[in-house]
Amino acid sequence: MTPLLLSAYTASTCLGRGLDATRAALQDGRSGLAPCAFETVKLDTWIGEVAGVDAQMLPAALSRYDCRNNRLALLGLQTDGFDEAVRAAIARHGRQRVGIFVGTSTSGILQTELAYRRRDPVTGALPDDFNYRCTHNSFSLAEFTRDYFGLEGMAMAISTACSSSAKVFAAAARQLALGTIDAAIVGGVDTLCLTTLYGFASLELTSSRPCRPYDAARNGISIGEGAAFALLERADIAQKGSVLLLGAGESSDAYHMSAPHPEGLGARLAMEAALRSAGLATADIGYINLHGTATPANDAAEGKAVAALFGNRVPCSSTKGATGHTLGAAGAVEAAICALALTDGLLPGSPGTESPDPAIAVDYLLHGRAGQAHHALSNSFGFGGSNCSLIFGVVDK
Amino acid sequence: MNALTAWIEGIGCIAPGLPDWPSARAVLRGEQPLLPAPSLLPIPTLLPPAERRRASRVVKVALAVGLEAIAQAGADASTLATVFAASGADGHNCHALCEQLATDDRQISPTRFHNSVHNAAAGYWGIATKAMAPCQVISAYDAGFGAGLLDALGQVVVDRQPTLLIAYDSEYPEPIFAKRPVPDVAGISLLLTPERSERSLACITVTPGTDAVDTLADPALEALRNSIPALRALPLLARLARGEAGSVCLDYLPPMQLTVSIQPC
Repeated sequence: MTPLLLSAYTASTCLGRGLDATRAALQDGRSGLAPCAFETVKLDTWIGEVAGVDAQMLPAALSRYDCRNNRLALLGLQTDGFDEAVRAAIARHGRQRVGIFVGTSTSGILQTELAYRRRDPVTGALPDDFNYRCTHNSFSLAEFTRDYFGLEGMAMAISTACSSSAKVFAAAARQLALGTIDAAIVGGVDTLCLTTLYGFASLELTSSRPCRPYDAARNGISIGEGAAFALLERADIAQKGSVLLLGAGESSDAYHMSAPHPEGLGARLAMEAALRSAGLATADIGYINLHGTATPANDAAEGKAVAALFGNRVPCSSTKGATGHTLGAAGAVEAAICALALTDGLLPGSPGTESPDPAIAVDYLLHGRAGQAHHALSNSFGFGGSNCSLIFGVVDK
Repeated sequence: MNALTAWIEGIGCIAPGLPDWPSARAVLRGEQPLLPAPSLLPIPTLLPPAERRRASRVVKVALAVGLEAIAQAGADASTLATVFAASGADGHNCHALCEQLATDDRQISPTRFHNSVHNAAAGYWGIATKAMAPCQVISAYDAGFGAGLLDALGQVVVDRQPTLLIAYDSEYPEPIFAKRPVPDVAGISLLLTPERSERSLACITVTPGTDAVDTLADPALEALRNSIPALRALPLLARLARGEAGSVCLDYLPPMQLTVSIQPC
């Protein structure tokens, strides 16, 4: 693919709001996970909750969109100067020429979960103040973003579970290549809700401890939430130190709804497709941000695929021990972490992981260290066997 | 801007009173009246028996319209990239989860949970067809067909990859139905290819713009177009049914609409 410039990017997770907080936590090897005390949830698990989401107010004119997911979306958009960068791009390109491609797995479903507690005792009706379209529906995040910026062009939500906000980069890159748009807001937002907390618990995929990706004793995920965005434009305005999207690869496992292909075949196809898309060889990759959810099956399958392609030559880590698994936001959050790794010369470690699984033959980073990668690969895999790998590069400093 | 051009090799359709593309074609040509009837969903024989029994209405409609387009084209499903576009996931499953999570017993079924994802139909398609190619799953509320068409054309034109577009929607039960009154299940699929072949039915070129949206003269068909998001594609299907060259403007995401020019092969 033709390289694209990340002309602005931002990430907010339980590590903190924005790039500086994220960078500081990655440098310190700090985790943002804490025992679950979300809403009325009673589960023995740890979560990555973003501070200040409840206090985030939406503009009065957009109050119909009010829900936890869009509050976190707005918090994210108003961080690191991202909204100013978008407005400048709109001024350059026009309201119809900036597209929106955002990923989410559960959007504002928490709003529906809460509304079901307030059904009319006689008719069973949901309360009048409940707005399905602007909160629960998967497109709500995209439509809120479109209305917030007053945009008039294309918009889509991509919802492929935990690969959602990686696949947005690929979809936006296609439209930029077609020339239907000149810039794209890409990103992902997912927030804590009962469906995912109780759902992953029902599958026995949540850990009662902070998650331990790639650990021999790993036993499940810690669910997180996050908002991360990037503004993609053509790379002719890139400068030294700019981060570029160089390649994207997508594949399907065609295997099982909630278990990965045991040999990581779909994962391998996605990484190979990303390398082809970027015109790079495995030797060019200097850091891999793994999907690394810390379930026994995911890390074993992904580890096999990474080892088969890269051997143990490439430093790699999952940062979900720091952020939790932000589900539909994970692709965009980890794209921002790759961008920080490339610009800061930092190879992030894996808070929580103590003893890397000896059965997985990769160069797993327990602790972060200085190291200048020129190209970073990020993996995101989701339920339904949906896989996406992205490759980022940095313009030589 | 590159031309957003593709060739159509296969068409699938299920809608209320329109059980497949040949019957939809006859109605859209004016040869048959549209008789009011609920959508008929074939048994998804592609799925293993356990999944077949449990398959939801969104899974059934997506698999059926996808297979209809592929059968018409004589294509191999395992090689095709796919784009699924739907306003929501399985509404009945969503209702059951929300209902249980509002009680003191929140121990939801793991099967219900993994079937709650927006990409459940896409996941079952992959399992059934063994397709390991890229699979996209979009939500755009009422604009799903247009959003799916744009992404599918991206894969056809940029990646030169034959791509199966499957747009579908289904109903919620009460009480969500009152907030999102989609009356029934429906789906439309198009197999789009980058090159013309002996199987090509028509060539389409899509141009985003702000033209006035085409409606359907028959009030019953127009009611379907308005009430089920995937059926925003009906004006395009009407042209394809009549084999007429020309252009139609499809309702997408106001103020942006999609003008589609059609050239039958």
